[in-house]
Amino acid sequence: MDKINSEYSIVINNVQKNFGGIRALKSVDLKVKKGSIHALVGENGAGKSTLMKILSGIHIKDGGTINIDGQEVHFTSPKQSQAHNIGIIHQELALSPDLTVAENIFLADLGFGSQLINTNQINSLAKLALDQLGFEIDPTTRLGDLSIAYQQMVEIAKSLAKNVNILILDEPSAILSDKEISVLFEKLRELQAKGVTIIYISHRLEEIFRLTDAITIIKDGTTVTELDPKTCTESDIINAMVGRTFEKLFPPKLTPSNETVLEVIDLNTARLLRNINLNIKKGEIVGLAGLIGSGRTEIARCLFGIDLMASGLIKKNGQVLQINHPADAVKLGIGLVPESRKEQGAILSRSIRENMTLSNLKGSSSFFGLINRLKETTVSHKLQKSLAIKLGSIEDPISSLSGGNQQKVVIAKWLNTDCDVLILDEPTRGVDVGAKSEIYNIIVELTQKGYAILVISSELMEIIGLCHRTYVMSEGEISGELVADEMTEENIMRMALPKRAVI
Amino acid sequence: MNSIVTEQGLPTNSFSMKKGFALLAEHSTVVVFVAMMIAGYFLSDKFYSVTNITNVLRQSVPLGIVSLGMLYVILTGGIDLSVGSIMALVSVVVALMIPEYGLWIAIFAGITVATLVGSCAGGLVSYFKIAPFIATLAMMTIARGLALIVSKGQPIFVDDIAFVDFGTGYFMGLPLPVYVFLGFSMLAHFVYKKTAFGRLVISIGSNETATRFAGIPVERFKFAVYALSGMACGVAGVIAATRTGVGSPVLALSFELDAIAAVVVGGASLAGGRGTVFKTVIGVLILSVISNIMNLMNISGYLQQVVKGVIIVLAVVLESFKSKH
Repeated sequence: MDKINSEYSIVINNVQKNFGGIRALKSVDLKVKKGSIHALVGENGAGKSTLMKILSGIHIKDGGTINIDGQEVHFTSPKQSQAHNIGIIHQELALSPDLTVAENIFLADLGFGSQLINTNQINSLAKLALDQLGFEIDPTTRLGDLSIAYQQMVEIAKSLAKNVNILILDEPSAILSDKEISVLFEKLRELQAKGVTIIYISHRLEEIFRLTDAITIIKDGTTVTELDPKTCTESDIINAMVGRTFEKLFPPKLTPSNETVLEVIDLNTARLLRNINLNIKKGEIVGLAGLIGSGRTEIARCLFGIDLMASGLIKKNGQVLQINHPADAVKLGIGLVPESRKEQGAILSRSIRENMTLSNLKGSSSFFGLINRLKETTVSHKLQKSLAIKLGSIEDPISSLSGGNQQKVVIAKWLNTDCDVLILDEPTRGVDVGAKSEIYNIIVELTQKGYAILVISSELMEIIGLCHRTYVMSEGEISGELVADEMTEENIMRMALPKRAVI
Repeated sequence: MNSIVTEQGLPTNSFSMKKGFALLAEHSTVVVFVAMMIAGYFLSDKFYSVTNITNVLRQSVPLGIVSLGMLYVILTGGIDLSVGSIMALVSVVVALMIPEYGLWIAIFAGITVATLVGSCAGGLVSYFKIAPFIATLAMMTIARGLALIVSKGQPIFVDDIAFVDFGTGYFMGLPLPVYVFLGFSMLAHFVYKKTAFGRLVISIGSNETATRFAGIPVERFKFAVYALSGMACGVAGVIAATRTGVGSPVLALSFELDAIAAVVVGGASLAGGRGTVFKTVIGVLILSVISNIMNLMNISGYLQQVVKGVIIVLAVVLESFKSKH
């Protein structure tokens, strides 16, 4: 017992959790050494987040034991977890966009015990906390005016403003750029040196190798194994996660035609983009790489008519296009799978069928906008089969599906239209490895059918493994173009980093 | 197959009970309505007389038609505060025009005016991105002001026989206006269930951004629901005027609150995307029946308002239980 006390900060044994009839956690074991950074890996739905919610007192475990610093605990509320100095940073941001950065950081106790708020005090304390973290954020900024990546940093600062011994980070890097991740890692190591124990959940294996001391892999609510990042390989982790050998994540690339479908000439926007020139050929997958905020999504928004361009031309098959609204873009054959599936891609409360046919209700109608239900159902079933979407019934809400299958429905929506140019913005964000590979297969199949595809991605492996060539963006400009073998992580990163930055 | 046979005893029982509860919660609006119809029997012996029931139906027609328009606006996540004022404006316009232009042209002009006012609100909301609450609040005072100007603040009496006959006439035992309400309800239900328009209105209310990102001209649909709501107010204004034979600039004061209440009691969400035509009609009937029962019981108007408020809260609380379970 004494040995456990001294060596481990967290010991979890055979923990179980049921939601109604669903067994979210069957039997999870986890041992985290004091002062270590421990990775928790598993497909979406494997139970990582549930386990962390039990540790933070949001969910109550149904069985098993949890020891924190040698003391057995049973949390029934977040307060109890906080009393053990456990801090958690959730996947979704929990911040108030209309308050300032400083107010967000100290939201739990704005007056430090008093009912009056000393604005100068919280601003200077927040500045101190942010400076310590190396985040260059003005504490008096309205939070909603910050980019998502900066908001994430505020979330981290908020958690660290409390005195924590155990810090849990649930996919903190999903929306951070590489530079921001480096800063975060540096800070996490500093915390580690101070004796803070860190649990780090991530899908990005490369980060896990860079950062962590041990890896625990969970699958279907059960702990599979613990691996040592110094001795194991990426495929070891992936194999343990999916329980099958993962030969290839990416299907072989097909040869595109020489016919240029989409052409962007000297595109400028009022805010960010400068002289953007790019083209996509029929059957080609073109990447758009770059750091967050470099203007990748802005190009997609311009092409799709969400933002208006200040100057420049968009041509499709040689014809100049006028795009002022997404409706124009769709009519002209351009579809967008947006970066945020929940807010922009899917209508979560509506059925899978309705989501699939949304962009082309005419195609399922008889006349005068009268929907022909039989036609609609047939179309939906056909799409479901061709994309192998795993679902109970097409009448279930799309929110009942896993992230990967939701994304497939969003893609299906465009396959049900006449679009032949498809823009995919972070197509596999928040999608587990198995579904990722399926989505890659779908994308490659689309090129066979003659689609011209633009893939925006923060994952360099995705750009390299999937695309024929890629443009790299930096600070609103295209800083370079890489073809075939030139596409390496080093080359892309070199072009993506702002010129004035010292590498 | 075997397992189904062997497990037929207890599981089926508990299943049907569960299903019964779910059904009850699902149809809480209907449950409240039925409860009130039963209460009516015990509270007043006049409630179930033919005259009274037809009276309730007749009285619920303007509110019903306006609420259907309101439902479509609320489904998109909007709100329309201008409905009562538009009704008043229309009643005045029609009453003024009948002597000179005849009944049908006057009615046509009145409904056109109503649709135009609704379109103004729709334009402000869709193309100038003004919050629906503000845009329709402005149209509410503008329309009421216009009604007072046009009528010089006085009620205008209509002595066209056909006009008044419609408001007081019967066909197959039911007041004529009830058929108009019935027709509108069926049309609204059909559009809701079967057309792309209905589908997209719900889609906009569920997630406007995602609907726009699906390439739907969202603005056009939002414009249309306000124009349609205005048109519905036009029809309701005409019908309300036929009942009394008066065009009045103070007709339907704070009618927007009754219409919103009817839609919400019918289980619709003010956030948009949720609500049905059938339940809205039930919501309208609930409000009309409450007033009627209390009138029959000689309850004072002041107390009536309190009771009405309490019943609205009850219906909505029941509804919120449903969405929790």
